[in-house]
Amino acid sequence: MSTASALNIQPLADKVTILGGGVAGLCVATELVERDIIPTIVDRQTELGPQACSWWAGGMLAPFCEAESAEEDVVTYGKTAAQWWQEHTGLVQQKGSLVLALNRDQADLQRFAKRTEAYEMLDEGAIADLEPDLEKRFRRGLYYQAEAHLAPRDALRALKEKLIKKGVQFIHKTAEPETLAKDGLVVDCRGIKAKPDLEGLRGVKGEMLILRCPDVQLERPIRLLHPRIPLYIVPRGDGIYMLGATMVESSAKQHATVRSVMELLSSAYALNPAFGEAEILEIGVDSRPAFHDNLPKIRHQGQIIQANGLYRHGFLLAPSLAKMVADYIHLGTEPQWFEAI
Amino acid sequence: MKDFYGTKLETPFMLGTAQYPSPAILSNAFKRSGASVATVSLRREASDAKAGQDFWQLIKELNVHILPNTAGCHTVKEAVTTAHMAREIFGTPWIKLEVIGEEDTLQPDVFGLVEAARILSEEGFQVFPYTTEDLVVADKLVDAGCRVLMPWGAPIGSGMGLNNVFGLRALRSHFPDIPLVVDAGLGLPSQAAQAMELGMDAILLNTAVSKAGDPAKMAEAFALAIRSGQLAEQADPMQPRDMASPSTPLLGKAFLD
Repeated sequence: MSTASALNIQPLADKVTILGGGVAGLCVATELVERDIIPTIVDRQTELGPQACSWWAGGMLAPFCEAESAEEDVVTYGKTAAQWWQEHTGLVQQKGSLVLALNRDQADLQRFAKRTEAYEMLDEGAIADLEPDLEKRFRRGLYYQAEAHLAPRDALRALKEKLIKKGVQFIHKTAEPETLAKDGLVVDCRGIKAKPDLEGLRGVKGEMLILRCPDVQLERPIRLLHPRIPLYIVPRGDGIYMLGATMVESSAKQHATVRSVMELLSSAYALNPAFGEAEILEIGVDSRPAFHDNLPKIRHQGQIIQANGLYRHGFLLAPSLAKMVADYIHLGTEPQWFEAI
Repeated sequence: MKDFYGTKLETPFMLGTAQYPSPAILSNAFKRSGASVATVSLRREASDAKAGQDFWQLIKELNVHILPNTAGCHTVKEAVTTAHMAREIFGTPWIKLEVIGEEDTLQPDVFGLVEAARILSEEGFQVFPYTTEDLVVADKLVDAGCRVLMPWGAPIGSGMGLNNVFGLRALRSHFPDIPLVVDAGLGLPSQAAQAMELGMDAILLNTAVSKAGDPAKMAEAFALAIRSGQLAEQADPMQPRDMASPSTPLLGKAFLD
């Protein structure tokens, strides 16, 4: 394996172009700026929109819950995410998260508890104290007090504004990394769009909904466990909720299926029947970029550094990914998630 | 071991490919399981053939026989269409036929199942029908052209084990020449061993491995149990004896003195 120092990229740090203005690209830019490297960001879109995975993110900063099925790295690095986002956007809601299961799915709750830590087991009354609108609906729940959430679109806008103030230029055009690399170092943060250039990258389809339901008041993200149709619901404020998300091994991102939407909606209905009166504001689809082990990777070849594979952990892991990339460019430190090509 | 439509399997273990934490963990679980067949769901795991090709590629790289299934299909037409798609993607006439009758328990719709099995068998498919342990339904499936039967142990994903041992034994004695695969409902290796001891020809499972804390380790645990049950059945086990009532006259009571 080649070491970072041998790659000798230090002189390239003068001119850095980041390709892709989603959560990965913006976080990398933020970390570079903090090291006095002012990058340029190139993206096809003028504004972050539905084409980007980040647009459809849940915005849960829930490393402890992720321990149920994710690799240890997700938990370890994810723990630093809430603080990072709070420092850089001030938009983090530090209200914990709640994991529930319908009474007949208690086995799933037990399994979840067994595989995670840093929770408090709540009874019916304690659940109602936290979330009055879930009163008498669930006998038991798990409360992860240290977890947090944010509104992803607002957070990305905040990052972008800050970057512009620091002199980061945003250029809106379609570009290939090879072309940009002629002028300096390129950090390829295109997510799933980089698939043709990244061996082993695949798409995992996700479908999600945004609802307006002023009748229901929830303060924090809720996960509703189910053997086949797990659901999370994240409050965005003003009665707006994000419902997610399916996981389908497919790179398609054109449409949500009726079945997925029905399943998400019926889970929300099970959480509180008042969701039956909600308005459907958006139905979203995206394709999460993931590698074989569902962990992010940083690769480097010539003038191009590829930072990709955030999977469903964009907001949770992008800060750590960004720090690794920035340290690599700035100091030559080999990233934890480095993968030699 | 009986053959499955002319194919001899290296091990009587079929493992599902859904719901693993990552493809890497899925691969490891397969390696340690020694499973000879991978089942794969076309509907649940990918919305269309082209978009799902990364996942199909991964399954192909497992280097085991592939048994595509029609999981998630609720009608005969849906199941037949999915079977066609599966044949195209994987180039195999094998199809694990599921026609779901009840959304919550995923109980098979045995009427639709028989109908779809007949259509697909006539079209040259080699059908592995996911069915209940009902004898009469089994008979109709064989009549429809099935040469393998896959009775459930318990509802899919329930982990309850063998809910009707009597039914499975009856199925075994009525179809001595048809390969029987217990499919669905197993949660623990001991249950798989029990099924093999009943004379089943193979075990198919998914959730018990994919949802275990350490899927690869659980896969190996099942492999050992399946092998153990298979050996036990071949070894012609002793019959349990009821010692509660004496089998010989008590006259003389020689041993009781």
